[in-house]
Amino acid sequence: MSLDPAYLAYPRRRLGYDHDLYPYTPLPQRAPLAWPGGKGVATWLVVSLEWFPITPSDTPFRAPGHMQTAYPDYRHYTAREYGTRVGFYRLLDAFAKVGARVSVAANAAIAERYPQIIADIVEAGHELIAHSTDMNGTIASGLPREEEAALIRHAVDALTAVSGRRPRGWHSIARSQSFHTVDLLREAGLDYCVDWANDEVPWTFANGLVNIPLNHELSDRQILTVQQQSVGSYAEQVRDAHDWLAAEAQAQGGRILPLHLTPYIIGLPYRMDAFERLLAELAARPATWFATGSDILDAFRSQT
Amino acid sequence: MQEGAPDPGLYDFTPYRGRRPFAWPNGGKVAVWVSPNLEYYEIDPPANPHRKAWTRPHPDVVGYAHRDHANRVGHWRMAEVMSKHGFPGSVSLSVALCQHHPEVVADANARGWEFFSHGIYNTRYSYGMDEAQERAIIEDSIRTVREATGQTIRGWLAPALTHTPRTLDLIAEYGLDYTCDLYHDDQPFPVRTRSGHLISMPYSLEVNDHYGFFIYNMSPREYARTLIAQFERLAAEPSGTVMCIPLHSYLIGQPHRIGAFEEVLRHIAADPRAWVTRSGDIADAWRAAHPEALA
Repeated sequence: MSLDPAYLAYPRRRLGYDHDLYPYTPLPQRAPLAWPGGKGVATWLVVSLEWFPITPSDTPFRAPGHMQTAYPDYRHYTAREYGTRVGFYRLLDAFAKVGARVSVAANAAIAERYPQIIADIVEAGHELIAHSTDMNGTIASGLPREEEAALIRHAVDALTAVSGRRPRGWHSIARSQSFHTVDLLREAGLDYCVDWANDEVPWTFANGLVNIPLNHELSDRQILTVQQQSVGSYAEQVRDAHDWLAAEAQAQGGRILPLHLTPYIIGLPYRMDAFERLLAELAARPATWFATGSDILDAFRSQT
Repeated sequence: MQEGAPDPGLYDFTPYRGRRPFAWPNGGKVAVWVSPNLEYYEIDPPANPHRKAWTRPHPDVVGYAHRDHANRVGHWRMAEVMSKHGFPGSVSLSVALCQHHPEVVADANARGWEFFSHGIYNTRYSYGMDEAQERAIIEDSIRTVREATGQTIRGWLAPALTHTPRTLDLIAEYGLDYTCDLYHDDQPFPVRTRSGHLISMPYSLEVNDHYGFFIYNMSPREYARTLIAQFERLAAEPSGTVMCIPLHSYLIGQPHRIGAFEEVLRHIAADPRAWVTRSGDIADAWRAAHPEALA
């Protein structure tokens, strides 16, 4: 038995990455960032607002949270709708209580089906970022480039038409991209994406698009649903992260604490009190700067 | 190993009961070594017929970016905490990291860390290699680490834990001292190879941060309590045990985890029963205490 000789050839073994999407710099070697008001921790709340057709698609892959039983899967279809109808409004009220403006990553289908919810988001001063068409709109290599470009345009145009302003940010379903995505996002006129969770401050792709890393490890989905920990443990982990980042920011410059939220996960009655207490605690900390993705982007760009 | 035999014939059975206790060089009862995996995962590696590198079509953005966090952010945070509490690293190294991100390797070397090989990339597996191919990755490992750090590797942790029946014979033939791929004991033991002098260095899957967070789904503080319980138990048993803490800085170096982990290092550093050291030092001390074992 032996392997194809190509398996022991390393054509991209070189200084820097094995791709040309973005350059490498270790965080300690970068100039420190300063957030407005001298705050240390940009506390960035990102809500994924999603519509799951009861007819799931597996092309190119089935989205996390999608239908699981034989058709018709009322169980998951309605539980996801619960998040949009009920949980999300709990979250809007919770954000208002602490004066936090957040980024809402909304499917085009949310705007097309529920324009009222878009109006409520805009009215509260939150940012809308594009999040594909609906939860059948997943992206991965193998999706033809033209189809991917059309999907991105549809997502951006629908939010623009209903909200009256063009989104600047992009969040792929499951953070999944193809090798074309970064260029297609730029061609669609977007300023930033959130999908590459490889850092704790923004950085710029070779083509000029900015990435603001949305940590998947600190998401409600990862901690509560995948790892099946309690909301109390979730809140403790977020507090611990904030403590660490605030201390680090004093010596090394501004950091981001990204909290990725899902209305049908965190917006349940038995979790909301703990989540509201967490928000109140974060709001009371002197290092906290509740910021949208665009706020962070603008602060980053003004310094680089 | 005895290829094809039901018992691979790697070592003799030696029950835990009745062993002669011995002290580590500082008089400690348990040798504690921290093993950061400094790795490079390729974004678009060629396919190995026996194992997929990524679960998703390339680029697997979540998987790739998560590992990339180690080299951009996590390593520096983890390394600072280790240095602060006096813990050197014994690095399981994807040796191509020496080419891709020499900044990380130089930082670890400057901190006095030891390097052993974890293959070329953690996305290139040994499954299916012929002997010449496997010799090529061993020779590449020795040469690459020597050129980048001045160190001669003494140990091996197979790339992504992928082996062939020849691996242990070959690394022994090239003069390596220890393997981290066998999990049969809390103390080093001789391993039977064609050239005879290899020992097993107790590594750990059970208290590996990857297992803690993704197999056992522990919270950061639960993982920290687990490490302390592991240390306390080994330190309470007859002297001469080894505790390894295998880490990935894209996991332990996350902001919600590093604070709890720092408390573990603080706890162990304060306990005189601990000998905080590197894997090669453990191999030397064990050999000195067991001159008969490899005779």
